[in-house]
Amino acid sequence: MHKEAAIREPLILGHKTYHDITEDVCRPIEDKAPRTWYILFAIALIIGLYGVGCILYLLGTGVGVWGLNKTIGWAWDITNFVWWVGIGHAGTLISAVLLLFRQKWRMAINRSAEAMTIFAVFMAGLFPLIHMGRLWLGYWVLPLPNQFGSLWVNFNSPLLWDVFAISTYLSVSLVFWYIGLIPDFATIRDRAKKPISKKMYSILSFGWSGRAKHWNRFELVSLVLAGLATPLVFSVHSIVSFDFATSVIPGWHTTIFPPYFVAGAVFSGFAMVQTLLLIMRKAMGLEAYIHTKHVEYMNIVIMVTGSIVGTAYITELFISWYSGVEYEGYAFFNRATGPYWWAYWSMMTCNVISPQLMWFKKLRRSLLFTFIISIVVNIGMWFERYVIIVTSLHRDYLPSSWSMHFPSHIDIGVYVGTIGLFFVFFLLFARFFPVLALNEVKTILKSSGESYKNAPDTHHDEPAPTAPKVEAAAPVVEEVKEEAPEAESKVSLSAEEAKAKAGALISKLGEGSADTKDDLKVISGVGPVLEGKLNDIGIFTYAQVSKMTKEEYDLLDELTGSFPGRAERDDWAGQAKELMNKSNS
Amino acid sequence: MADKVIYAMYDDDDVLKNGAKKLVSKGVKINEVFSPFPIHGIDPIIGVKNTRLGIMAFIYGLIGLTLATVGMRYFMIVDWPMNIGGKPNFSYLDNMLAFIPITFEFTVLCAAHGMAITYLIINKTLPGMPAQNPDPRTTDDKFVMELRLSENTSFSSSDLEGMLKDTGVIELDQKEIE
Repeated sequence: MHKEAAIREPLILGHKTYHDITEDVCRPIEDKAPRTWYILFAIALIIGLYGVGCILYLLGTGVGVWGLNKTIGWAWDITNFVWWVGIGHAGTLISAVLLLFRQKWRMAINRSAEAMTIFAVFMAGLFPLIHMGRLWLGYWVLPLPNQFGSLWVNFNSPLLWDVFAISTYLSVSLVFWYIGLIPDFATIRDRAKKPISKKMYSILSFGWSGRAKHWNRFELVSLVLAGLATPLVFSVHSIVSFDFATSVIPGWHTTIFPPYFVAGAVFSGFAMVQTLLLIMRKAMGLEAYIHTKHVEYMNIVIMVTGSIVGTAYITELFISWYSGVEYEGYAFFNRATGPYWWAYWSMMTCNVISPQLMWFKKLRRSLLFTFIISIVVNIGMWFERYVIIVTSLHRDYLPSSWSMHFPSHIDIGVYVGTIGLFFVFFLLFARFFPVLALNEVKTILKSSGESYKNAPDTHHDEPAPTAPKVEAAAPVVEEVKEEAPEAESKVSLSAEEAKAKAGALISKLGEGSADTKDDLKVISGVGPVLEGKLNDIGIFTYAQVSKMTKEEYDLLDELTGSFPGRAERDDWAGQAKELMNKSNS
Repeated sequence: MADKVIYAMYDDDDVLKNGAKKLVSKGVKINEVFSPFPIHGIDPIIGVKNTRLGIMAFIYGLIGLTLATVGMRYFMIVDWPMNIGGKPNFSYLDNMLAFIPITFEFTVLCAAHGMAITYLIINKTLPGMPAQNPDPRTTDDKFVMELRLSENTSFSSSDLEGMLKDTGVIELDQKEIE
């Protein structure tokens, strides 16, 4: 176990136990969905379906329904594509790069960030697909043997590199995400009460059992996948930038594009993570796991990547003048002062100025401020792509073909529709999937949990002194029956004595009957075996347990003989009281 | 073969780890540990060897690299040397720069998926597989150590239980298996 400096802020607030983590993550899945979820889902679904309608209309009619013209042959479609791919980058960065750097704070956010990645890449992938016009011939992008003779796809083209990059990225992210999900699905499976959900999660969890060997493999697979995903995530957006950088259009033809696009992608991705998580932590009651410190860490990433993006903008601007290339110079002069000046200056404000505010500790630790900035950054990053694409194209070498771009309602519908679809997916994820990597979070509880950090060092390293006193005098155990709770035979009490003690115990706790039985297994420390024993004595309800004091615990220990001191240590009475309150409310 | 399995349940990973250390030093063989999350440092104690999946991933990656190279050489150089801007594709080496992105992507694709599939198969974790953890609480907050009588022939089951009790177990259970 790693020790962590006490001055570091704990990553898990409050006094959580392993069981609490399971509870906190599983509760939103097991409870009924709140009404707000249904409302949000309905809104997202309607918007998403409108988008699907627009796409179907486009496929039926042709790409001409977009507001493109001869000069501006690429506009919203590619803007949205790059925007969505960029958003996707944060998830992989969090789960892969931060894993390689052993950043523990990633564990609270990696699951949902990766879900965001996958859904964002879905949305991104839609645009090149519908841009093909004839979607049903989409398989032509693959190098398949065909009836046209030696007709292969062009492996020199960045557009084909994109096909490989995006599909590799999507499928590898999906696998990485799912492998992490398997143990968490197993947790939900083992808690599920309803047969349908039990069945579903049992299929989803692939029969995971948590063997030591499996965990050993799990950790290595996660590490290697992270090692593979890290260069992958950098390559994907580099390749996306090659779509532009390998062309000869002024404003696109620059070598700065790959690093600048990657930084921009991480920048916008983290902003989207902030937008989603700030709402999610509140709605799902995960404030103890995703708290101000996590938000601050992410804001620092936003600040750093935002500064890289800002530097890139200014470098581009400088080089366009310094290079002495007239066309290049005009492209940038036109961006800032031409008819699209508003897009350029929105981009500059949103992406260059707003992240710099994160230098102030007060601001980067403010949740409301973070939320606002996260939206601003997302808008800014959309404008960045719009500026790069549309303003570079709209005034080409031939002034007679200069033009402006006006999006058609289909352009807008498809874009807004993808936002709707994205939220449909994300809301479904939040409803049915464990939104926190709960098994990973458990591994950092002892090193970064608040209650453990500030506790004396020896607290959990040494096994608690539980050696049973009775055992020394106990006779050798006779033949153990199958499935028999072994401890009973060790008790050196005669049957009558036991009966008398049980009577005494029950008289203090009050009578209970099997009819009004509570599920005592819910009390931490009580398993099925112990529950049976308690029932034998006559303890059935929380009400009875809640009345126990030191004296009763001792009596009980004598009776069950199994684990002296345990009931007291775990404070069964206190737990039972809480459970009673819960069931009453 | 009939065999008896003893399941010892703990509610803390460090208690289990220390207990396992103690038992192993007395010569007890621990067959398996079930836990809700990886217990770091348990593997050498109970004799679980490090996985070789990493080597497999490397091999899958090499396969991907080879396939991509062979494929692109065939498509772009041998079968139809495309002439782009008066620069025909006559030699793979001269044109390789343009093929690097896809070579890289395909290598990663094969390594990642090959390893993931191998991982699922050797774990026997596939859709529809039944869960094998002895107690549903081992995926929540309990840790179970599994001892087999057949692997600990020098001890009787009561010896084992006695030793387990000294390690801070919270529950003991046993089962006959075929």
